[in-house]
Amino acid sequence: MKAKNELGLILFPAFDWAISPTHPEREERLLYTQDQLLEEGIEDVEGIHFFNPLIATKKDIDRVHFCYPSSEKLLTESHLIAAGGVMRAFDAVLGGETDKSFALVRPPGHHAQRVVYGDRGFCIVNIEAVGLAYARQKYGDMRVAVVDTDCHHGDGTEDIYWNDPDTLYISFHQDGRTLYPGTGPIEDLGGPSAFGYNVNIPLPPNTGDEGFQYVLENTVLPILEDYKPDLIINSAGQDNHYTDPLTNMNFSAQGYARLNSRLNPDIAVLEGGYSIQGALPYVNTGIILAMAGLDYSDVVEPDYHLGKWKQSGRVAREVERIAEDVLNIWKQRETLGRKLFEGKSSVKRNRRVYYDTAGILETQVQEYRICPDCPGVDSIRSQNDRGASLFGITVPRKACPACQKKGYDLFEQEKGYTGKVFLQDLTRDEFFSE
Amino acid sequence: MIIGIDMGGTNIDGVALDERGIIRQVKRPVDRSDYFNSIWNCIKELLLGVKKEEIKRIQLSTTISTNAIVENRISKTGVILQRGPGLKWDFDIPGGCIADVTGSVDHRGIPVSSESADEFSKIKEDFLNNSVEAVAVVGKFSTRNPDFEKRAAGYLQNNFKEITMGHTVSGKLNFPRRVRTSYLNAAVHSTFKSFAKNIEESLKREGITAPVYILKADGGTIDLEGATAKPVETILSGPAASLMGMTALLNEKNTDRCLLDIGGTTTDIFFLVDGVSVFEPSGIEIGGHKTLVRAIYSTSIGLGGDSHVRIEEGKLKIGPERMDHAIAFGGKYLTPTDALVYLGDAKAEYPSESAAALESMAEEIRLTPAEFAGMIIDNFCRSVRETVENTLKKINSRPVYTIRELLDGRSVKPRSIGVIGGPAKAISKYLEREFGMPIEYPENHEIANAIGAALARPTVEINLLADTDREILSIPETGVYEKIDKRYDLKEAKERALKEAKLAGHAMGISSAVSETEITEASSFNMVKGYRADKNIRVKAQIKPGLVAGI
Repeated sequence: MKAKNELGLILFPAFDWAISPTHPEREERLLYTQDQLLEEGIEDVEGIHFFNPLIATKKDIDRVHFCYPSSEKLLTESHLIAAGGVMRAFDAVLGGETDKSFALVRPPGHHAQRVVYGDRGFCIVNIEAVGLAYARQKYGDMRVAVVDTDCHHGDGTEDIYWNDPDTLYISFHQDGRTLYPGTGPIEDLGGPSAFGYNVNIPLPPNTGDEGFQYVLENTVLPILEDYKPDLIINSAGQDNHYTDPLTNMNFSAQGYARLNSRLNPDIAVLEGGYSIQGALPYVNTGIILAMAGLDYSDVVEPDYHLGKWKQSGRVAREVERIAEDVLNIWKQRETLGRKLFEGKSSVKRNRRVYYDTAGILETQVQEYRICPDCPGVDSIRSQNDRGASLFGITVPRKACPACQKKGYDLFEQEKGYTGKVFLQDLTRDEFFSE
Repeated sequence: MIIGIDMGGTNIDGVALDERGIIRQVKRPVDRSDYFNSIWNCIKELLLGVKKEEIKRIQLSTTISTNAIVENRISKTGVILQRGPGLKWDFDIPGGCIADVTGSVDHRGIPVSSESADEFSKIKEDFLNNSVEAVAVVGKFSTRNPDFEKRAAGYLQNNFKEITMGHTVSGKLNFPRRVRTSYLNAAVHSTFKSFAKNIEESLKREGITAPVYILKADGGTIDLEGATAKPVETILSGPAASLMGMTALLNEKNTDRCLLDIGGTTTDIFFLVDGVSVFEPSGIEIGGHKTLVRAIYSTSIGLGGDSHVRIEEGKLKIGPERMDHAIAFGGKYLTPTDALVYLGDAKAEYPSESAAALESMAEEIRLTPAEFAGMIIDNFCRSVRETVENTLKKINSRPVYTIRELLDGRSVKPRSIGVIGGPAKAISKYLEREFGMPIEYPENHEIANAIGAALARPTVEINLLADTDREILSIPETGVYEKIDKRYDLKEAKERALKEAKLAGHAMGISSAVSETEITEASSFNMVKGYRADKNIRVKAQIKPGLVAGI
């Protein structure tokens, strides 16, 4: 058997790490997936290659996050390896080893935001974002679309790319009014430099294969066609599956494989998905075959009955309405953005962030400075209910010299502030903290 | 005393060994029309002047099964598959037939649905109509639950000469490899069985009661009875004989080493980690079939003492073809051996012809003959080193699955090189310079393989899985599928695995003093279901390959 697309797999089940012995994010999570892949003989398919993860360094993490008190103190080896797995996936594709790659690593990352005080939604490090920042540093600028098919809204990824016009973030998720983390409405569209490039598609509970397919064909693919990314990343969370214990969707392995095949991502990264026996072995096999360009039509869950997971007419109509709304907003994004930001020199945003796993409540004010020549410097002033506080400044990759200087001035100005002060200078790939 | 026989492609080598060393050695050509008598004549010649009652064991590295597969002299075989959902593999089963049945088992061994009995009756009829002689029956995840295979075998048992059940060939997961391994096992069964019968009867006639062991591709042995049940285990034992022979003849043990077997056409490359061979990750490939047969890892490069040396577009080329002997030994084409002769490192039968050929080619590219000879050898050594380094890179990047393994990163780092084969002695100083490592080459290299066959000891590998939710313990290699208690834990599992490996070893005649049983992998996973946590325990144990301690 020969793959049509050369595919690199970074399968790292971290059999010696868990959040806690009975936590959903535990050693067992990829055990059955590995069993299934071994038994299917995936390793013998010509054109599918297995790679070990890299180990991310402090610098790789600091490119993306303001970790309190520091990335060394907050992260364990498992996080550095999960992020390193995604870095390896980028190397495989951008370094020309394979056409595509899929990082099946744990723990996941899409709930990790720019500021990190601890674990939320089982995530501390946004592994895709760390991988992408590393790749941009190593391989140069690129326009990237991150399509998040996890059932939970990827509020971390949204936060990281909120004001980045070079990264289009599209999230399919179960409506935040019915599921953790509660965010992800259509109206959240991005910061002044990237307005409209944050695309939320909140779907009603019980959306099935047809609904996901509909949104993909009628909204996501047209948007991607407009945006013309150099690279498509699929945050392949697998908790839309009908057996997932934490969510209420009716997506199947066939649905996931078909979606992946149509989306045709360059890189996929496993996110959530906690039906470790009933879903993950089949969904992962389906995605791998789809990415390799092989026939996935026989990848079927043992308990799958056609018809049983069909979505209702009411759900179908709601999905269609949302798909249309999202596409309309996309088309009008420039007009809407002008209306909102015209004449302003900066935009502030107040947020409250709850760390469910760590039990921390954070409040923050983000400030996006508007610059006619570049995406502009932005900053976050943050504090949490444990008495910690920080001020973080980001000089984006494409910042103009004036904005870069502004970033350093802000850093000098904020030193001596009660908490920690961080500066990410992405133009020079340098990081400072006080 | 031990008799060791190595059957290669052209020759059969035999040795008789005891505490004093090599008592007799024999070399005979292989008669391709009669493999059995080729071996038997070799044994008979060794027996001359040996006291039959002093023979403790007879150990054979044979190409009986390998040749049967490669030459397609196999039984007509029918394969019954329960594929279940998943990848759609096509299986190449020369001259045989494949029948699919419905039903499937999931990754934990839980039956999802079963086939119906009339599917078997239809298949039986089809197979008999197609004069199928042997049958392989394989289900996806059958190592986790072999019931389907047992039902099929039960139904068909009286109608076919051999029925191989997939779960008996290996405890490892890999359905397509299990299918091919089971198919090959069924297909060569009859050929190997008649060979085994011939050996047994002939020995009996000679009044020899010593047991017979067959060398496997992993460098271990299996007794004749075991080999008859699992003849696929006896394929491709040649490299294993060579590796075991080198290990026996070289002085340095227990380190990371690279071993080179330089033949006429090719150089085989092996690696030792702490003195033990590196294995193929899943199993060896034969005649295009990837199997689950455990095998030592070796790689081959088309460079040998007799490789064809020529100038193409002003550049020196060596190999991969071998045209003939070296000119120094009556051939027509220049070879690395001729270069070694010119440099004064090897003896020759026709030194002047050899030198003349080398001189004329040297002139072609305007080098002195000595420079040219040096260039040939340097080129040869550099290619070998590059292949060794690339292979090491591949071995050292094999996937790992735990944080500990990734951080500790135990990689293979050879500290010295062992070389064997015709040109070994002559070329060793050049290799030493190229690799920058000490080189060791043994005497007696021409019978190393026979010595390897003689001194190998039995090996066993078992895969234990305990699932306390299903309350089932399984060890496919020893046929254990039994009920366990909810409280079964890792400690019990490890003890059981060691015990099973030892038992399997005893059954193959390993005395406990010799048997080095060890756990190679052990893990216990919490399976959480509602408020209950069960365990999924996995343990691998083995008796690792090695040399017998005393003769």
